[in-house]
Amino acid sequence: MSQGQTGAEQRLVTPGMAIGPSAGKRAGSGIITEQDTMIATQLGWLQEKNNTMSVHPIHSAYMPRSGDLIVANVAEVRNNLWFMDINGAFQGLLPMSLAPWKVEFGAARQHMDVGNVVLARVQEVDECHNVVLTMKGVGLRRLNQGAVENIPVQHVDRVRGDGNSLLQRLRDASDCRIMVGENGRVWIDGDSNGIAWARKALKMVANKGHTTEFEAILAEMEQEKKGDA
Amino acid sequence: MGGYGDVQLLREDGSRLDGRKLDEMRPVKIEAGILPAADGSAMVTHGLNVAVAAVYGPMEAHPRKIQRQDRAVIDVRYNMAPFSTSDRIRPGFNRRSREISKVTAEALESVVLVERYPRSKIRVEIEILAAEAGTRCAGITAAAVALADAGIPMRDLIVGVASGKIEDTVVLDLDKAEDNYGQADLPVGILPNTGEIAFLQMDGDLSPDEYNLAMEYNFKAAKEIHEVMVDALQRRYQGGDV
Repeated sequence: MSQGQTGAEQRLVTPGMAIGPSAGKRAGSGIITEQDTMIATQLGWLQEKNNTMSVHPIHSAYMPRSGDLIVANVAEVRNNLWFMDINGAFQGLLPMSLAPWKVEFGAARQHMDVGNVVLARVQEVDECHNVVLTMKGVGLRRLNQGAVENIPVQHVDRVRGDGNSLLQRLRDASDCRIMVGENGRVWIDGDSNGIAWARKALKMVANKGHTTEFEAILAEMEQEKKGDA
Repeated sequence: MGGYGDVQLLREDGSRLDGRKLDEMRPVKIEAGILPAADGSAMVTHGLNVAVAAVYGPMEAHPRKIQRQDRAVIDVRYNMAPFSTSDRIRPGFNRRSREISKVTAEALESVVLVERYPRSKIRVEIEILAAEAGTRCAGITAAAVALADAGIPMRDLIVGVASGKIEDTVVLDLDKAEDNYGQADLPVGILPNTGEIAFLQMDGDLSPDEYNLAMEYNFKAAKEIHEVMVDALQRRYQGGDV
């Protein structure tokens, strides 16, 4: 919860709570305006940035946006496309034209089958929540090794830290490759000890990331890992 | 609800059999986030009623024929546990639980911003573990806290509360004896911040004056329960020191 009003105490708001007059301010995500009053619509921390009030939700479902880098599982295979589980309300669709291979009609299963994990990007999302994925792009591929850990979607930014600083610390300490998907799935690849440590660290970030003792706990975990190595 | 002339529900000093005043509510206790597997959950203890609500979703609505292209559907399942009353309740859906599930879903649909999740479904499970009159109200309150806990956007927290009439006197929050032998019952779903009514049912007869007094009691109780709801949500994440 590092975002928000610097120096000001964070305010936890609940749905229906009046935040204040809307005059001169814009309503961001998690806020609606009714009769010149801003009202919170979600449980979360109130933030003010660039004259825009918004609520950083404590819990939220993954809502895909165009351009998101995600870790997805193959849920269904058809002749010319794959349905992908993207950890959201709806499955994503990966047509064979957006796969990184030349796929013949009817041969989709030869390239990816149910249960395979991929690193993909959200190509487009329409107003009815139809999600189209693409695997054409640098680094987008099938993930053949490593492990996938789930974290709450609202903790994705926290796991990355400012300018990926925290993510880099986790990579260095665990000696693993770590990719954080916007959909709350984290791919970890390395030796088994490193993967186990990274999973433990991710759980700790999700549970303690907002507390004052977080830095001390992480430093201790890093020391332990160095000692083991 | 026709009233039973031979059952005394008010003492000679005007107080009720359990010692409450006419406009006094049974104690309410709420805990949010009690089920780790659910996206959101809550337990409401209202007098001797215990209601647990769990929320899952938003998820893709199945079967596809229930999908709405412009909004989410709220799928509510209200159920009383077989051990919730002294007479064992036969497990499974019955006429009463279907009706309560329907009115609860409609009440919740009026507060949840359903247009944010087209074609999807939000599943709300309400389980009554102990019943002592007023379970639909306890269930609605539990569902509202569970929805907020799940991060579902809502215009307001809806509060379920009831008033009624016993011995020609309007009282707040009927207990079991008052519900069984009283003359009227008026459960409502209130949005405390806006003062809107999201659902209203009436069993029995009330004169316009009695109705107005009952609604006055209901609005007063809704404010009190709303404070407990907000406190439960804040306590979970902030230790109650907001």
